[in-house]
Amino acid sequence: MTTQPTAAEPFTTIIGLEVHVQLQTKTKLFCGCSTTFGAAPNTQVCPTCLGLPGSLPVMNRHAFDLAVRAALALDCTIAPFTKWDRKNYFYPDLPKGYQISQYDLPFSSDGRLEVIDPKGALWRDVRIIRVHLEEDAGKSMHDEAAGTADTRIDLNRAGTPLCEIVTQPDLRSPQESRAWLNELKLLLAYLGVSDCNMQEGSLRVDANVNLHIPLAGEGGADGRLAKTPIVEIKNMNSFRSVERALVYEAARQWEEWQATKAEMGNTPKQTRGWDDAAGVTRAQRHKEESSDYRYFPEPDLVPVTVSEADIAKARAAMGDPPTVLRKALAEKWRIPAYDADVLVNQGRDLVDYFEDLATRVGEGKVASNWMQQDVLRTLNERGGTIGEFPVRPEAVADIIGRVTKGDFDTSRGREIFAEVLASGRPVADVVASMGIAAVSDDDLVSLCKELLAANPKIVADVQGGKEQAAAGLIGQARKKNPNVNPGKFRQMCLDLIRGM
Amino acid sequence: MQPLELSAVDLVAAIRQGDITAVQVAEKFLDRIDKLNGPINAFLNVDRDRALARAADIDARRKAGKPIGPLAGLPVAVKDALCTADQPTTCASKMLAGFRPPYDAEVVSRLRQADAVIVGKTNMDEFAMGGSNENSAFGPVKNPWDFTRAPGGSSGGSAACVAADMATIAIGSDTGGSIRQPAGLCGITGLKPTYGRVSRRGLVAFASSLDQIGPMTRSAADSALVMETIAGHDRGDATSLADAVPRYTSMLEQPLTGLRIGRVAEHFGAGLDPEVARGVEEAFAAFKAAGATIHDVKLPHAKYGIATYYLVAPCEASSNLARYDGAHYGHRAEPGKGHRAEPGKGHRAETTRGQRAEPTSEFESPLVEMYCRSRAEGFGPEVKRRIMLGTYALSSGYYDAYYAKALRVRRLIRQDYIDAFQSVDLIGGPVSPTPAFPLGEKTNDPLAMYLVDMYTVGTNLAGIGGISFPCGFTRGGLPIGFQLQGPALSEPLLLRAVDRYQQLTDWHLRRPKLPA
Amino acid sequence: MALSRQDVAKVGLLARLALSSDDLDRMTGELSKIVGLVSQLEEIDTSAVAPLAHPLDTQNVFRDDVPAPSLTTAEALQSSPRHDGSCFLVPAVLGDSGAA
Repeated sequence: MTTQPTAAEPFTTIIGLEVHVQLQTKTKLFCGCSTTFGAAPNTQVCPTCLGLPGSLPVMNRHAFDLAVRAALALDCTIAPFTKWDRKNYFYPDLPKGYQISQYDLPFSSDGRLEVIDPKGALWRDVRIIRVHLEEDAGKSMHDEAAGTADTRIDLNRAGTPLCEIVTQPDLRSPQESRAWLNELKLLLAYLGVSDCNMQEGSLRVDANVNLHIPLAGEGGADGRLAKTPIVEIKNMNSFRSVERALVYEAARQWEEWQATKAEMGNTPKQTRGWDDAAGVTRAQRHKEESSDYRYFPEPDLVPVTVSEADIAKARAAMGDPPTVLRKALAEKWRIPAYDADVLVNQGRDLVDYFEDLATRVGEGKVASNWMQQDVLRTLNERGGTIGEFPVRPEAVADIIGRVTKGDFDTSRGREIFAEVLASGRPVADVVASMGIAAVSDDDLVSLCKELLAANPKIVADVQGGKEQAAAGLIGQARKKNPNVNPGKFRQMCLDLIRGM
Repeated sequence: MQPLELSAVDLVAAIRQGDITAVQVAEKFLDRIDKLNGPINAFLNVDRDRALARAADIDARRKAGKPIGPLAGLPVAVKDALCTADQPTTCASKMLAGFRPPYDAEVVSRLRQADAVIVGKTNMDEFAMGGSNENSAFGPVKNPWDFTRAPGGSSGGSAACVAADMATIAIGSDTGGSIRQPAGLCGITGLKPTYGRVSRRGLVAFASSLDQIGPMTRSAADSALVMETIAGHDRGDATSLADAVPRYTSMLEQPLTGLRIGRVAEHFGAGLDPEVARGVEEAFAAFKAAGATIHDVKLPHAKYGIATYYLVAPCEASSNLARYDGAHYGHRAEPGKGHRAEPGKGHRAETTRGQRAEPTSEFESPLVEMYCRSRAEGFGPEVKRRIMLGTYALSSGYYDAYYAKALRVRRLIRQDYIDAFQSVDLIGGPVSPTPAFPLGEKTNDPLAMYLVDMYTVGTNLAGIGGISFPCGFTRGGLPIGFQLQGPALSEPLLLRAVDRYQQLTDWHLRRPKLPA
Repeated sequence: MALSRQDVAKVGLLARLALSSDDLDRMTGELSKIVGLVSQLEEIDTSAVAPLAHPLDTQNVFRDDVPAPSLTTAEALQSSPRHDGSCFLVPAVLGDSGAA
């Protein structure tokens, strides 16, 4: 799929992303301090993550394993030999004066992750340059209103394990960039690599963007492409703000191009911060010397080697990524691709819930319908996770079973579902308390006969070919007995009228 | 009983047998420190109360028949580069004046566990950078053999306090010779173990791929005793070796018959003091007499050791010392008092006043000003030089020409040793080119100071073991040091060779003439 | 190999060391001499030699993902030049460094 310049948008937007995800470990990358979010400042710190004199790092095995899992899921090649480097710069949230990161020998490289468009077609196959493992910095808190006041430094986050994922500039629109990020987040959450909670900062995105503009009058479509200077956008705190910032930045670069004709190469890469409230990107001060990070091998750590056997083991422990799971779910339960997509996009726990339900019901499509129309809708209204959802799969399966058996219809089933949800009582109790008892066939026949006798016009209409007229009888029947299954009653009426 | 002059082995035995109490020993040494530390300046901090309390606890346990550790009651001095939770740890820098770490270095924990009595923290070159102990922010250490001379460095305080009987043993650290060279200049025995043999956790880092902690004692037997406590794997140091720790003290007695000692002809070239050369040659003869054989070996790249070392070490140091920026601990410059100040220097103070009109004009922010001024005020000249050199050599455009080049030569230097140890067991030679030199002689010539490490840096670059010990005296009465280097984990052999030598000679028993 | 005053000033900023005019002069001379000394490595052909960053040959040293006790906030802040009892205080900066 290509994105060609159009009259309305006479350029192609070129986007590459740099994503940092915190790995779901109990402890930090190089020390035993907790990584739990939200603790009081400087309560999860020790000599190592405070960068105290004489302190030393020791690598967290689980962090490395999770990083390998993420890289494998992104189709990366795992390096047989990897090492860590120091990236030197001064900042108060970086207490050692260097970040332990990876420079020339990252543990993985050359991956890819596809993103599918809303119609289910391939939107973009995004190549990944590298994934590497590094430590996070602490937090600087500044009260801008206070002006000259001090900045407060909390080092609880310092040393938290991070995967840095860098894509090629393969994305071509803000919309698909957002969709790609959603896919990445889903993937990492599925694999248990990260909780990807953007509010808590466990997933952070920077974007590199510029425009390719075909120059008219220089050979038309085959002519030279003008490339605007690359801008790195920072400070985007949601996928929505990534999309908005990219839309804004593309428009801004187009305007600037028209005014200045400045091209890449004439100007250094610029960093701009996204102001979500104002809806604009703003230039950040360029610090020439700060980009000289003086990387060199971290002498306090030893290299890591990864064998083919290690990789096979990691792959086996990985579980299905969403792309595989979508197909597998659609095939196994014979549900439409759309249904599988909706279910998978809600996360692993919801898929487990669905599979539990479908197994009990013995039929995928019905289970999927109930998932989409009842479970998911109410879950969205209530908030919370599927794990906390009070109506468990066995209860939903119970209700579906009774509907299938003909005890009551689907709409009555929904009422029961709502009551089970509200009261927390077992399905059987709710059914009993709502006076729902299956109506026997004999009772149904006599009710049918009674109503047919009382409504000769409807009988005549049906006999005249207007079968929908029978609906008028259903309301009357339910007034007399609310437990009447409308479908079954309607069919019986039609059969009796035909037999008249 | 005169505990001051007893070997560590004998003193521990005397305390264990009840011939003398740990408190009596501690008092003797603390009194000696009171008397001598003024002129010698070996200690930056002495913790009399804690030392006595510790000694009393050991005595009480011994009397009650409870177990006591292998170093019970032994007075130990610890280089101020090792973190101690109960005493300041300054690295002899204004940057860390009064700094109190919230944890003990692994070696300090092990010493405490072994019931050693830590009497104080010893003076050193600031951040272990120097070869004379004159780079201390708290004044130089005097050589106990001649107070007008330097004790060597950087573990000058540790060497001087053992030489002057202010502690039975001391702990030093060696990045390019900082245990062996001062041991040589002060007439004591100093072991730089194989890289990774002793945990570095809690040793304030100078150059992480070179730093190693080791014992500084009066004899090889005492070093063997200390090594049994401080050596061994530490899960908190990823570069610590997992190999089992031998019983060094029980491996000393085997004769040297058949031992092959290498002699490097280039060691005896230009720059070596003739008296040192004579002392070293006599030591070779003594080893020969003890049954060893002497063989010529070549270390073709040894002459590049200094150049390699003065790239690798400053590069790592420039990064290791970045944490001293005034943000989280250590010295922070007062805001708004001008900048670029070097306190106490008249003409610069004037400059400072002159610049006061625009106090932050040259810094991009108050934060950068705080960093630059805190570091300018907190670090001494040699530390600054090495930070500047390392920063330059790692910076964009110079990395390959300097740092990466040095790492390639480092491999050649290590390979030289590997090749040499194919034909000999140990390599012998001088520790340093001259005996103790006068204070102030080299302080204005950094390059001349760097050359004092010429025989010692190779050991660190290769990550192998080395030991120095006295092998004679100059006519002027200054100790002459001999160095043996051995392959990785050859500590048992190094200690045995020196112990056998010390059984045949008495250089290590000589003491400087000091007030009693 | 001589360094210029500007080179030294740039390195000074990179190393966050304030250098007075006198410092710059002195440091330029000293560093040039030291760089001259270390430049003798140029005479060795190392084209076939791999860099040796570390004397150890060990690999794969890990710790388990098991929590260990942290310091108390008071211990963490005990040597801080300026703090408010819960955070380190430094002259105003805007934003995190971003651990990029």
